[in-house]
Amino acid sequence: MIVRISGEDQYRIADEQKDRLNELDNAVVAAVEADDEAGFQSSFAALLDFVRSNGERVGDDELSGSDLILPPPDLSLAEAEHEFNGEGLIPD
Amino acid sequence: MAGLTGRMSTVVKAKVSKLLDRAEDPAETLDYSYQKQVEQLQNVKKGIADVVTAKKRLQMQEKSLQQSVVKLDTQARQALSAGNEELARTALERKNVAQTELQGLDTQVTELEAQQQKLTDSEQKLRAKIEAFRTKKEVIKAQYSAAEAQVRISEAATGVGEQMADVGLAMQRAVDKTENMKARADAVSELEAAGTFDDITALGGGEDDIDRQLKQLSSQPAVDDDLEKMKAELGKGAGGEAPQIARGGGAGEGAQPSESGQA
Repeated sequence: MIVRISGEDQYRIADEQKDRLNELDNAVVAAVEADDEAGFQSSFAALLDFVRSNGERVGDDELSGSDLILPPPDLSLAEAEHEFNGEGLIPD
Repeated sequence: MAGLTGRMSTVVKAKVSKLLDRAEDPAETLDYSYQKQVEQLQNVKKGIADVVTAKKRLQMQEKSLQQSVVKLDTQARQALSAGNEELARTALERKNVAQTELQGLDTQVTELEAQQQKLTDSEQKLRAKIEAFRTKKEVIKAQYSAAEAQVRISEAATGVGEQMADVGLAMQRAVDKTENMKARADAVSELEAAGTFDDITALGGGEDDIDRQLKQLSSQPAVDDDLEKMKAELGKGAGGEAPQIARGGGAGEGAQPSESGQA
């Protein structure tokens, strides 16, 4: 499957990694819901690192859609909270 | 996947499919999509130019604040030599505020530089994808039947469409950051315009609103410290009046010459 880190790159990741990815994502959500700044910073960094270190970068000239899209690495806790409030990061 | 990634994915996919729904005819879809991509690339270039403009503006402001710091330091010195300690203190308060603003501006310039770099990278990636799309669209038009073409077009357009949505997000973030800084820069300009006195004698003994605001913004211990240093320095240099005893006491010990103009 292909995972995009917004503002960065697309990475090809083995399908078996999906469960781990899900766990890491859930940790981020938990931190956002708890309004836990430190927890958010560390769990979001862990999620991004996992994708970068386990994925293979997709070439710039390759045209594929992503199965998953992660927010940009400089996302703040406030922005993540905003995201869950229904107003997405990407304006209409 | 429902978490953070899930929401992002849904939003972006909705945007891409909106883009793809436009035309029924495969060839038309291809051309329309390509045209949109080229437009987006122009937007990114404009976005980069806007960030550069904002950065230059902040840099100019930095320069003028640096000049204010030097000027206020000189004015404080003049006021003190003339025996007007209150006026000297006011000038030093303003200098302190200007120095704090300078540090803030420095951080902002660095942040804008990072935004500029991000957008430049995005532009390069988008350009590569568009180029790949351009090649592919001619191949698709020439080689595939309508039904097959639809599938291939969808793949290719999704790939490039996602890149466009991503660049759009990066631009939006850059614009938001730039606007915040503009608002702040305007506020600094106003303070700064009010902050230096063209003529120190023009300011009487009474405090005006700006002075009161500045007093709140400035760090009083740092101002006390500056004032004591300046007194000690003047006392020494002129060999005349002895420096007065500090109000708080002890702050001016050491009597090091203060370095004016150091931001």
